[in-house]
Amino acid sequence: MAAATGVQAPGLAAAAAAGAAGRAAEPVHITIRGLTKHFQGGAVYDNFDLDVPRGKFVSVFGPNGCGKSTLINLIAGLIPADAGTILFGGKPLRETKIGYVFQNYREALFPWVSAWSNIEYPLKLAKVPAPERARRVDRLVAHLGVKIDLKRYPYELSGGQQQLVSIMRALVVDPEVLFLDEPFSALDYEMTLFMREQLQRVFNETRTTMVLVSHDLEEAVYLADRVLLLSRRPATIADFPDVPMPRPRSDETLSDPAFVLLKGHCLEIFQREVRKA
Amino acid sequence: MRRETFLPLVGVAGLVALWYLAVWARVVDPVLLPPPEDAFAAMVKGMAGGRLGYDFWRTVERTAYAIAIAAVIAIPVGIALGSNERIYRSVEFVIDFFRSTPASAMFPLFLVIFGVGDMTKILVAAFGAALVILFNVAYGVMNARKTRLLAAKVMGATRFRVLTDVMLLESLPQTFVGLRNGVSLALVIVVVAEMFIGSTDGLGHRVFEAQQLFEMPDMYAAIFAAGALGYGLNLLFLVVEKRFVHWSGK
Ligand SMILES: Nc1ncnc2c1ncn2[C@@H]1O[C@H](COP(=O)(O)OP(=O)(O)OP(=O)(O)O)[C@@H](O)[C@H]1O
Ligand SMILES: [Mg+2]
Repeated sequence: MAAATGVQAPGLAAAAAAGAAGRAAEPVHITIRGLTKHFQGGAVYDNFDLDVPRGKFVSVFGPNGCGKSTLINLIAGLIPADAGTILFGGKPLRETKIGYVFQNYREALFPWVSAWSNIEYPLKLAKVPAPERARRVDRLVAHLGVKIDLKRYPYELSGGQQQLVSIMRALVVDPEVLFLDEPFSALDYEMTLFMREQLQRVFNETRTTMVLVSHDLEEAVYLADRVLLLSRRPATIADFPDVPMPRPRSDETLSDPAFVLLKGHCLEIFQREVRKA
Repeated sequence: MRRETFLPLVGVAGLVALWYLAVWARVVDPVLLPPPEDAFAAMVKGMAGGRLGYDFWRTVERTAYAIAIAAVIAIPVGIALGSNERIYRSVEFVIDFFRSTPASAMFPLFLVIFGVGDMTKILVAAFGAALVILFNVAYGVMNARKTRLLAAKVMGATRFRVLTDVMLLESLPQTFVGLRNGVSLALVIVVVAEMFIGSTDGLGHRVFEAQQLFEMPDMYAAIFAAGALGYGLNLLFLVVEKRFVHWSGK
């Protein structure tokens, strides 16, 4: 029967397969299979599978302590997995350039050198010669239209400026993937809104694959191409919907009925997962 | 100049006034407590080409050697121990034990091994200071911010680069705490050693000799010189720290 279908209507079969796989047209960047991680309290991930699409912005949202940070830390290699494979376009992590932005910028930047030196540090690690390092930092600064005095020490900058510096430090190596763990949650509201726009601009211009953990549903949906909704631990994918709003997005996006509907759907799933306790 | 600048002088003036009062009221024998100006004159005369100046510099020299030896040994060892918590935990008790042992109790042992020369005084002081520095450096390294280490790691730093680029700098503020405490302790040990183990010079010797000869203004002058030295050394390290560890406490 299956063979017959294959012979008679190959086009239709392919379409069906594409439908089943969700998005065959969407190339996969990060392939996660059988990911398992236990802490003292039990499993956070147990045989977890996920495909992160290439060049897309994925937001991760879920109940407190469900394992959002653990997921990106496992993918970024900050903590070891108990089992499972994680491949970036078929390559292992050590052959992949990644960037990581921490929530706590104050403890992530190096206070002993200037903001500029902080940004060029990963290039130094990669043994890029000094003139080339300067060129690349300059290019990034111009590209993002950053107006910060980068000769200052990090502790002389405002919180938002410091986080912008850590984002630049993560971007300067042209990473294939950028991870961000609640990057704006230590900033005040005005700064958060401003930084959201900065991040959206960076994404629109670079189209780097990004994975953002956020505890703000509106932010998560607003920035994302897809929203990864996790269940309570051991975390499973509760839903992974598309966010089809066109870019660049703006305040109007927030009141777009389709956006509001999608946000409502995510909230419903989130609350369903929270109540499962 | 702002009035606050002169506030510390109030205490000094108070102390001098109290001293005059004690002299005037004859609270103690005038031979034992000369008026402040006598002690001050003895200090100026002694420091300007007199015995006191020579003894002062001998003590500075010994303390400097002691702290230099202590730092050269304790900082690298502290880093090595601090960057490997398991090793540190295994020697922590021994370090804590000897850190709590009064270094003066080690004099006889060092005397037997190194004789009565300068070497003994310097080494006992270095021993005491080294343990203080070691302890602080190791803790500075161990308490390096986790996030900063992870940040370096995720940017592709090797274990060695994490150590040199992050841990070392992270531990600097704590290292300076150790150096300041270490130099205070080294000075105490040097001065005590100069008093008792067959010394012919140094501030400790000066204080002791002046007391033996009943030259009370000289004795007070030597005591104040020792105080000034301790204060000055602490200040020196604070200034150096402010310059090189500008991020401390930020
Ligand atoms: N080092 C650890 N040792 C033991 N348990 C841990 C450790 N790290 C995380 N956990 C546990 O694993 C679970 C997932 O933690 P994780 O930090 O990934 O959650 P999260 O979804 O990011 O939470 P939050 O919303 O608070 O940021 C939590 O229950 C947490 O208590
Ligand atoms: Mg988290």
